[in-house]
Amino acid sequence: MYVAVKGGEAAIANAHQLLADRRRGDRSLPAISIDQIVAQLGLAVDRVMAEASLYDRELAALAVRQARGDMIEAIFILRAYRTTLPRFGMSVPVDTARMKIERRVSATYKDLPGGQLLGPTFDYTHRLLDPSLLTDEPVAEPIRKTADESSMMRVSDILAGEGLIEGDGQMPEDHVPGDLTREPLEFPLNRDLRLQALARGDEGFLLALAYSTQRGYARTHPFVGEVRIGEVEVELDIPELGFAVSLGRVQVTECQMVNQFQGSAKNPPQFTRGYGLVFGQSERKAMAMSLVDRALRAEEFGEDIVAPAQDEEFVISHSDNVQATGFVEHLKLPHYVDFQAELDLVRRMRAEYDAKFGAGRDGNVREAAE
Amino acid sequence: MDAIKQNDSMAVGGRKRAMGLLARASAAELQAGWQSIEPKPDVHPVRGPETGLVMVRGRIGGGGDPFNLGEATVSRATVRLGSGEIGHGQLLGNDREKARLAAVFDALHQRPEHRQAVEQLIDAVESRIDAEDRKQAEETAATRVDFFTMVRGDN
Repeated sequence: MYVAVKGGEAAIANAHQLLADRRRGDRSLPAISIDQIVAQLGLAVDRVMAEASLYDRELAALAVRQARGDMIEAIFILRAYRTTLPRFGMSVPVDTARMKIERRVSATYKDLPGGQLLGPTFDYTHRLLDPSLLTDEPVAEPIRKTADESSMMRVSDILAGEGLIEGDGQMPEDHVPGDLTREPLEFPLNRDLRLQALARGDEGFLLALAYSTQRGYARTHPFVGEVRIGEVEVELDIPELGFAVSLGRVQVTECQMVNQFQGSAKNPPQFTRGYGLVFGQSERKAMAMSLVDRALRAEEFGEDIVAPAQDEEFVISHSDNVQATGFVEHLKLPHYVDFQAELDLVRRMRAEYDAKFGAGRDGNVREAAE
Repeated sequence: MDAIKQNDSMAVGGRKRAMGLLARASAAELQAGWQSIEPKPDVHPVRGPETGLVMVRGRIGGGGDPFNLGEATVSRATVRLGSGEIGHGQLLGNDREKARLAAVFDALHQRPEHRQAVEQLIDAVESRIDAEDRKQAEETAATRVDFFTMVRGDN
């Protein structure tokens, strides 16, 4: 019989003290500062902001440090922190057409207005370990050239001129954008709510799903119409003043995925689009998001739903890594009572089985194996 | 009537610009600006300074209907000067002291005798941001791909 127990307080306190020690590591080395994490591990910080769904570089860097570099733990900590803050309001939607561009490439048009701007990319590097980074060697200043002042036309607008691409997504009139932080999810979702869930979804999960669509599980024939990275202005309406003011800028990555579409009973042949928008510099995530966004629109286009990436409930229910890690990791917490109950049950079933088929059966199997 | 409206919209435009730039000012810039204000006015807190969240919205497909992208930390404050002007400060991040100072400058901006000093501060912030933007735009421009046509094999 199981008797309820409690305990472990001292063990837990000591474990946490040990964690603090291991986090700090070798005291003869200088401690890493929040500024250093923001400046030199910027893409880790960006991933934490994106998946915690909270834009704040300093707090994200703190979370990375506190979590010893465990990204999902850092995301969890930052998510938990956001629940302690009041909501002041909703921003005016950011205008990505007016982005301060740091990178912008298109795989569909070579000579698009504004040009192909590679920016600080890993593309075309040889992915060879760089021994110069083992030491702190001086780094050259970037090259500068006169900048083209003209605005960066969105690639979707080029195709729109010919009427060969669907427009930007419209919701029914009077539709209020859904907010999964306020209302529990109810399937099926509208596209706005799906995009919110995907924007905070786990990069690895979305990457795998996006990859699955390329490998034939819901083919979408994608081209990167455009990827752009840069800062956009965040404006908030101030009711006391009666106008919107700028709160500053946030960096985002946007991906316009252009997909061939054969046409159906509902729609003529045209290019359709998947959309990705992510906090920070996170090209892989924005691209994966746009592929999954398009795959999840299968029903809208009358396509057969045959693959996991098209299954909204499957994708959205499993894309949140804080939820996922909570449920998976809880298995290691004490389940003594549950297991005791199951143990009793299996013992009883085994006794019945032995009574029916005889106790020797197990022995026979062993003999055969020998 | 139209003239009044136009004046109003100019005043709104000026305040909107000032508030937007105050939101981008560094703590050092705001502190230096505060040092230059003489005589120092009485400042009474009305609300905050406090930190909370603003839900940042994007648009489906870049230009379609809005969706909720994710939240950002925002600090805000409202102050009242001894002379009665109300100032609002609101900016991204956790720095409540910056939000309070931004609110003070928004209030001072409404006082003719301090307007000049506030304009100086925001002009300085604007020049700094412009210089940073230009630097980044030029660094990005250097990574622009110049395509050239290869000689065709059948020529």
